[in-house]
Amino acid sequence: MTDTPILALENARISYFGRAGEVNVVPGLTFRVAPGEAMGLVGESGCGKSTVALAIVRYLGRAGRIVGGRIVFEGHDVATMTVSELRAMRGRRVAMVYQDPMASLNPVMTVGRQLMEVPMLHEGLGERAARARALEMLAEVRLQDGESVLGRYPHQLSGGQQQRIVIAMALIAEPALLIMDEPTTGLDVTVEAAVLELVRELRQRHRTAVLFISHNLGTVVRVCDRIGVMYAGELVEEGSIPQVFKNPRHPYTRGLLDCLPSLDRDKRQAPLVPIPGQVAPPLARPVGCGFAARCAHVEPGRCTSQAIPVLPLAGEAGHRVQCVRAAELPRWEHARSAAGAAEERPSGEVTLRIDGLEKLYRQRRGLFGSGGAPVRALNGIDLIATKGETLAIVGESGCGKSTLAKVLAGLETASSGHVELAGIEVASTRVESRPLALKRTIQMVFQNPDSTLNPSHSVGYAIGRALRRLRRLSGSEEASEVTRLLDIVKLPPELAGRKPDRLSGGQKQRVAIARALAGNPDVIVADEPVSALDVSVQASIINLLNEIQAERDATLIFISHDLSVVRYLADHVAVMYLGAVVEFGRAADVFAPPFHPYTEALLSAVPVPDPDAQGTRIVLEGPLPSATEIPRGCPFSGRCPRRVGVICDETPPPTLQLASGHRIVCHIPAEELTRLQSAGIRGDGSPTGS
Amino acid sequence: MSVPATAEGLPAVPERVRGGYARTWARRLGRIRESTPALIGVSIIAFWVAAAALAPAIAPYPPNANDVAALAHPTPSGAHWLGTDHLGRDLLSRILWGARTVLTVAPLAVLGAAILGSLLGLTAGYYRGAIDLVIVRACDIVLSFPVIILYMIILAHFGSSALNIIGVLTLTKAPIIARIVRGLTIELREREYVAAAKMRGESPLYIMLVEILPNARGPLIVDMCLRTGYNVVIIGALGFLGIGLPPPDPDWGGMVKDTYGMMSVWPHMAVFPCAAISSLVIGFNLLAVGLREIGLRD
Repeated sequence: MTDTPILALENARISYFGRAGEVNVVPGLTFRVAPGEAMGLVGESGCGKSTVALAIVRYLGRAGRIVGGRIVFEGHDVATMTVSELRAMRGRRVAMVYQDPMASLNPVMTVGRQLMEVPMLHEGLGERAARARALEMLAEVRLQDGESVLGRYPHQLSGGQQQRIVIAMALIAEPALLIMDEPTTGLDVTVEAAVLELVRELRQRHRTAVLFISHNLGTVVRVCDRIGVMYAGELVEEGSIPQVFKNPRHPYTRGLLDCLPSLDRDKRQAPLVPIPGQVAPPLARPVGCGFAARCAHVEPGRCTSQAIPVLPLAGEAGHRVQCVRAAELPRWEHARSAAGAAEERPSGEVTLRIDGLEKLYRQRRGLFGSGGAPVRALNGIDLIATKGETLAIVGESGCGKSTLAKVLAGLETASSGHVELAGIEVASTRVESRPLALKRTIQMVFQNPDSTLNPSHSVGYAIGRALRRLRRLSGSEEASEVTRLLDIVKLPPELAGRKPDRLSGGQKQRVAIARALAGNPDVIVADEPVSALDVSVQASIINLLNEIQAERDATLIFISHDLSVVRYLADHVAVMYLGAVVEFGRAADVFAPPFHPYTEALLSAVPVPDPDAQGTRIVLEGPLPSATEIPRGCPFSGRCPRRVGVICDETPPPTLQLASGHRIVCHIPAEELTRLQSAGIRGDGSPTGS
Repeated sequence: MSVPATAEGLPAVPERVRGGYARTWARRLGRIRESTPALIGVSIIAFWVAAAALAPAIAPYPPNANDVAALAHPTPSGAHWLGTDHLGRDLLSRILWGARTVLTVAPLAVLGAAILGSLLGLTAGYYRGAIDLVIVRACDIVLSFPVIILYMIILAHFGSSALNIIGVLTLTKAPIIARIVRGLTIELREREYVAAAKMRGESPLYIMLVEILPNARGPLIVDMCLRTGYNVVIIGALGFLGIGLPPPDPDWGGMVKDTYGMMSVWPHMAVFPCAAISSLVIGFNLLAVGLREIGLRD
């Protein structure tokens, strides 16, 4: 390491001061970022990643302080900088990109103004020169038609475009360090892939050092050279990407990799291994290793008696780990089992049949207006789900998958078409007018753990009320059933007396599942039930859903944007685009060629936490078209990388019927698709680079 | 095992839930100490509540007794700590007795407004559409009247009594509460727990009152505190205009009206009741500020 680092944390200790006194969030952090290097920081929520990012620019607010050690940026200690030095550093030398681009952009200023402000303020450029720079920058972040973008307001741009503008603003002052805190978390997977590609390219061109903070191991692999894994405020492992991903030494790093579903395993092969327990709060930091309580390799005494040093590993330059047993543990193997051996269950009876389902939302303009084109949220959906199987519905946001869930649940009614649930037509029956038996048949698990439970009601009340309404239970029968349901979702009975504010996200989602099970449903609709959870919690919820479904022989309609999770859980998969199903079939068929070009793009966009699987990507150009103006031909034609020609824009594509119910809606013949797509596909089905 | 009576180890749910509620409320009251403004506000309000409750015991004179001897020197003295008014009535006693009326009428009126307003707001926000339109427009109409003139018309027509004042204040304050509750309802009805309630077949009334209203209570309670303070002002203003509580019962506003003509000679006659009104209003405002602060913290 001959380079002087651009950023060096030396045993930095960061605390927040509140009513309870000092809460030490980061007990002592040491790492360096060299000029032009990209360092990733990963860890679950609450591990102190964002606190570190804020501390580097001394932006902790009134409650937070750097209480020990040093944070040195370009040779200056951040803790002792004066206000004007800080200001100069923040604007010019360090730039930050946060998760929510809308929060970083001023809604009442045009994008151009905001971009031009940076060089005008920091370099004293004139208006004309600043405008030229802004245009140049827009071209660099791949925004077409820069002139018109400059004149627009942030709300007139899509989420992906907004994040590009924020990145342009960050890079326009040519900073030495770019801090990105979960920059792609709110974006769709295809947009995320494009933004990550952009970051990778820009940092090489500008030689900007990047500190990339994420909870998603896959995104870090795409962008970074080195990675630091944080747990409870400590850096438990640090090293280059290949070092850490090929030979992770810390049990926590291994745990994170083991609990991630990936595109090459499903539920019949290796089960997901969640990390047991949860992060201890900073006030109850244990002596010794912070991870000891959750670690499978813990050795009482050695691990829990004194502070654990961070030691370099012999033979691996730059790979450091904070574990006394690192040298003794066996080498880690990726839980990748032999593909193929999957045994298919015979299809059971059909519990859900969806036929030509359409949903139009009429836009009202003004008090009496009836004008405006209707939004076609669902545009002719045909699907079948059988007893005891998991049907996954995937697609980007706005593709209509949540609307479909609402129609099934009776929270919305269809405009036309049929939904047959347990033999009864329900497409246009709201849940209020469904008979009790039908209400019991279908229940839902929602996405957001913070809003799925009523904060005013205790867990016992929430589940008990569902039992009373759906099964007419009461008194001691109800109480014992609440306990039984809590047991099914692996929660202790004491939890019944708690309000949701005293539950973790995973516990809330378990309670929500218990509530959905109260009526013994035949069909469970789960709308993104794990997307708001940390990876280790996500794994245990996925396992739970899988277990419950198998045990009860219920139909699980699993709605998700995460293809790895879908690959793991699903028996059948429906890929939706702009309100239409573009591909449907058994999971094994959908995840192997021939793909619909959209499925292919989605698969290629999934960030894979494997440094070997980083190949060429299919980057979709342009945003998702609005559902008010669905193209005459193929809905995907505008963004399709395999577009054939005018036929795609003008003629609705035919449905290609392939083996065992697999169908693809595309103009390209199946053989041709297979030929095109097999070129870059590994044997086990996941796309890779050539 | 020392635990008695619960058979089969089944958890005794009702007891535990009740204990939970008691604890929650104790915790919530305890949290008032976390905010200085709330603490000051509560102290001021508690002072007036005590004064009102104990007025019959601690007031040195009956509120309407005339001390002719004091008329020559109505200023504060050993016999009359705050002096007397132009009729020789003891100001301290009248202020203490006056607190009784204000502290009954203002909170009752707010309670009425909160009940009516919540029902209107919940209905409008939950159903939207035509019902919403009608309720919102009706509220706008009430709110667009100059209130004092409205009070004068109504009270002149129906006569001035404590009950009528409560009624009038309820009617004019309900639209404001309705607006707040409607706004909260529109947001809360999209929550997933409301969808879950619909899916188990709950009635709209249950959803509004049990699922939505409890989660709107934070902003609602803050607003009720503010509204109570404003009501104190309005009751004072009504008294000042001569359409407040009928004499001879002491009423802070009425006390100012009777004596403000003598401001230049004996300012204390009007200043003390004014100070009483202001302190009570400030108390409610501080409590509201403090509650909002505590609410924002979690």
